[in-house]
Amino acid sequence: MPDWLKLMWESLPPLLYAGLVFTVPLTLLSFAFGLTLGFVTALARLYGPRALADGFRFYVWLIRGTPLLVQLFLIFYGLPKAGIVFDPLPAAVLGFSLNVGAYTSEVIRAALLAVPRGQWEAAYSIGLTWAQAMRRTILPQASRVAVPPLANSFISLIKDTSLAAVLTVPEIFQAAQRIASVTYEPLILYTETALIYLVFSSVLSAGQQKLEQRFGQHLSEPKEQP
Amino acid sequence: MIQLNHIDKRFGQHQVLSDVSLTVPQGRVTALIGPSGSGKSTLLRCVNLLETPTAGTVAVGDAKLTFSPDSPPPSRQDIHALRLQTGMVFQNFQLFPHRTALENVMEGLLVVRKWSRDQAAARALELLQQVGLAHKADAWPGTLSGGQQQRVAIARALAQSPSLLLCDEPTSALDPELASEVVAVLRDLAANRMTMLIATHDLRLAATLADTVVFLEDGRIVEHGDSRELFLQPRNPRTASYVATLQEGLPEGWRQ
Repeated sequence: MPDWLKLMWESLPPLLYAGLVFTVPLTLLSFAFGLTLGFVTALARLYGPRALADGFRFYVWLIRGTPLLVQLFLIFYGLPKAGIVFDPLPAAVLGFSLNVGAYTSEVIRAALLAVPRGQWEAAYSIGLTWAQAMRRTILPQASRVAVPPLANSFISLIKDTSLAAVLTVPEIFQAAQRIASVTYEPLILYTETALIYLVFSSVLSAGQQKLEQRFGQHLSEPKEQP
Repeated sequence: MIQLNHIDKRFGQHQVLSDVSLTVPQGRVTALIGPSGSGKSTLLRCVNLLETPTAGTVAVGDAKLTFSPDSPPPSRQDIHALRLQTGMVFQNFQLFPHRTALENVMEGLLVVRKWSRDQAAARALELLQQVGLAHKADAWPGTLSGGQQQRVAIARALAQSPSLLLCDEPTSALDPELASEVVAVLRDLAANRMTMLIATHDLRLAATLADTVVFLEDGRIVEHGDSRELFLQPRNPRTASYVATLQEGLPEGWRQ
């Protein structure tokens, strides 16, 4: 076995451990919180009273207009000055969730608006309430539109979690840095790290296809030309 | 019985309906005709409150709601209760694309009436049979022709046994052949004494189906009467010139 392969093989367990114990939970938690926040934001902006809608628009403007790395530094290193102290992992989850929420709210808002108004009217005409129409008529159709861009956000997120390294969260990238600094083999270690991220996002892409099929079973694929 | 009293509808400064009063007799078909923008669709949508009248009274069965610009609008429950007495058929069908034909018809029974799946499916299948589409129960709306979609939509509107069926341009999105299969279904319903209010600019449809015809223009009722009389001996000159297009449809020399 060549030396470079041996090094890769030996660093795989600590890297995978960091991935499974930190990167994956960090990603899943942040996406779950972020998506919820994004949904609430979209609803508030579309259907909420003016003041609430404006509040959420301010939030989206603030988060989208500032770098994620700066937000993370503010939360973890800045807020303690104001007496608000977070552990590294919660600080990261908070930062990523706020970020995911801002971006996905726009996706969800657009997807909800993409469902024709007549679908609301049809649902109301058979006696559904707003909540029933939303849940049973509008959301399933909006989901079909939203899955591809939401999968984009999810895949971006799993890669962005490498920024948590600067908040001292021992996720994959930090583990790689640690090993690289003692082995002096940055090329090998960072290549291996990149490959691990690639595998993770490939798994997610496969999941995206499954979801698209589920929400789109009523849409037949265009027939292949002979 | 369905009664509309002194209905006004304004969108901003634009007055769409002015002081419209109308009684739709039980078991009869009433057609709303008039040029585009005359307010017939808006009037229809005021009956099941997809549009909220600016002023006036809407009464369907025992539900009666009064609207006025000075008083707060009726509660959501009251609007819901009135709406449940009506079914609606839309110009563009508006079937739920992510549900099969059968599921479209079942939806209200499941969600609003809380029927069991089996009961709802049995009732829905019966209705699909009535519109001649039992064999398409498991089809997605996107795979059906326009006429078939509209017939499923009619079945969906009838599922909860409404006391009034509202039809908003039910055949306008269909070519003549597909329209005729929808007309056949509506005629069956009329024969079974379903109370219907149909907004249409298809005068042939109005003449074929309706017992009573209401001619609207600029948000006002111009003439209201027995359909045969209104088409053959209109009293108002404006009505006369509008319904004349029905006879003038054929080229010169084709008419006896």
